[in-house]
Amino acid sequence: MKNILLICFKEFKGYFVSPIGYAVMALFGLIFGFGFYTATRDMVQLGFRAQMMGQQQPMSVNEQVIRPLLGFAGTIMLFLIPMITMRLVAEEKRTGTIELLLTSPIRDIEIILGKWLGALLLYMCVLGMSVINIAMLFMWGKPDLKPVLVAYLGLLLQGACLLAIGTFVSTTTRNQIVAGGVTFFVSLLLWLLSWFTAFESTVLSKVINYLSIVTHMENFSKGVVDTKDVVFYLSMIFFSLFLTSRSMESLRWRA
Amino acid sequence: MIKVEGLTKRYARTVAVDNISFEVEKGQIVGFLGPNGAGKTTTMRVLTCFLPPTAGTASVAGFDVLEHPMEVKRRIGYLPETPPLYPEMEVSEYLKFVGQLKGISSADIAKRVDQVVGRCAVGDVRNKLIGKLSKGYRQRVGLAQAIIHNPEVLILDEPTSGLDPKQIIEIRELLKSLAGDHTIILSTHILPEVENSCERVIIINQGKLVAIDSVANLTNRLRGSEAVALEVEAPDGHPDPSEVQQRLEVVSGVSRVVMKDSRNGRLIFEVESLQGRHIRAELARTVVNSGWNLNELRPVGLSLEDIFLQLTATDKGAGGSHAPQEVEGAGK
Ligand SMILES: Nc1ncnc2c1ncn2[C@@H]1O[C@H](COP(=O)(O)OP(=O)(O)OP(=O)(O)O)[C@@H](O)[C@H]1O
Ligand SMILES: [Mg+2]
Repeated sequence: MKNILLICFKEFKGYFVSPIGYAVMALFGLIFGFGFYTATRDMVQLGFRAQMMGQQQPMSVNEQVIRPLLGFAGTIMLFLIPMITMRLVAEEKRTGTIELLLTSPIRDIEIILGKWLGALLLYMCVLGMSVINIAMLFMWGKPDLKPVLVAYLGLLLQGACLLAIGTFVSTTTRNQIVAGGVTFFVSLLLWLLSWFTAFESTVLSKVINYLSIVTHMENFSKGVVDTKDVVFYLSMIFFSLFLTSRSMESLRWRA
Repeated sequence: MIKVEGLTKRYARTVAVDNISFEVEKGQIVGFLGPNGAGKTTTMRVLTCFLPPTAGTASVAGFDVLEHPMEVKRRIGYLPETPPLYPEMEVSEYLKFVGQLKGISSADIAKRVDQVVGRCAVGDVRNKLIGKLSKGYRQRVGLAQAIIHNPEVLILDEPTSGLDPKQIIEIRELLKSLAGDHTIILSTHILPEVENSCERVIIINQGKLVAIDSVANLTNRLRGSEAVALEVEAPDGHPDPSEVQQRLEVVSGVSRVVMKDSRNGRLIFEVESLQGRHIRAELARTVVNSGWNLNELRPVGLSLEDIFLQLTATDKGAGGSHAPQEVEGAGK
């Protein structure tokens, strides 16, 4: 446990001595901020118009603002996660520091978990920036808290899952850019799987649909925690980290 | 302390280490010597549990590298060929990180960092970013990293590469002061390194063990052979160097012929004999019988450098006359 935290904090600190940590935060802040601005502006206009026409239909901040906004946050993360994970192992392979880690009295799995958690910590910080915006809505409107928390849980699980995949990809190359590119491609594929199969109902398309990361987000974004989805994300994380540990081992054999 | 038996390491195509066996006693400093590509780094990587052996066994302090890697890693300090440094960390921060990685308790860590910073003379850069250090300083930080947890066994891959002469001497002194309660293996291709600081030398070439002996014994063992410098001139002006070389090489007892110089039609060769053979008379006769003038013939001393070249060149067992080519081949 001590070793895991040691690696985790080393990675986390590493993000802020290189520009990557700041870049990821700045990008997210800008894009999400813009999304927030448009969403709230639309809401105000809609609300205003509704009043003009004399309708007294209650506005749902949850449905009309928060839900699409957090969905948008998930989409931005799709682009940012490869930036977070690309250097994790690839860079250590390139500079040879992997030799230090692999000859120290620390287990492979501790290295992997530490790195993944370090990335997750940065991801949570980035995601945390959106909390400020969402909190503003709470001061202004009266949205339900529970669905918001559930949606954040979903984003956390989805992020953890993509980060685990990214960590795995990073062990397979010594080139950061390749690692980032492949991670992005794989995430995008998992993202798009649901589109390809949305209108079919064969067994195959059901399987593919099950593998899609977004299908499992739907319930979360509605504010519903379904065990099925939680199990999906957790098993994807487990599977990716397992692959990572196999890949680390084969790294020794190929070296 | 270190025991290697029948160790073989094969990469996809190359056999990097071929059936090597040796033992190192506790407290010894051992020099690991060989030309480029000999398999030094590979052997060290097996000993440090970075690479698993293809065949054979290796153990450190009685623990096998495959069966008890954790125990082995705990006892080893390792300086890889390229020091494993994080450029974005400060020196003291880095040493603290490595110390914790090696299992030093947080109560002791600050003290240990201070100690190794002093020992490896990196005090004046301890708050600098590693990425901004010169090569020599990086090497020292690498060394500091290897000894931070006061390991029983030190494995140093070319510890003095990139250091200035004064620093090399300091590192040698440091290593000597560490010997006794530490067992040290260091690799190098610089011979004086070994002559000065190592008790024993292990020489490998193309993955095979060539010699393993004390420095004194090695020099003695080869004292039986002699080296001769000779100057040849052709009466008609220009002798053909390759012809002279060929004639000299076939003289019985000769192990190596190297052309040192040629000017104004005079060729200067250095010829080494096999162990215990006297070749001067025969050499003189050959030169004269071929119709050339023998301007000079004088014995020269064999340095450890020559011994090394001889050992790594003639171990293939083929006739000594091919030796020079093989030295070149091995050097690539
Ligand atoms: N990762 C690898 N993949 C394939 N072959 C390798 C690998 N590493 C080393 N080799 C080969 O193994 C042989 C031994 O290499 P090694 O690095 O052990 O030599 P060395 O004695 O350390 O040489 P040097 O003095 O240049 O450091 C070489 O022929 C090299 O080409
Ligand atoms: Mg080497």
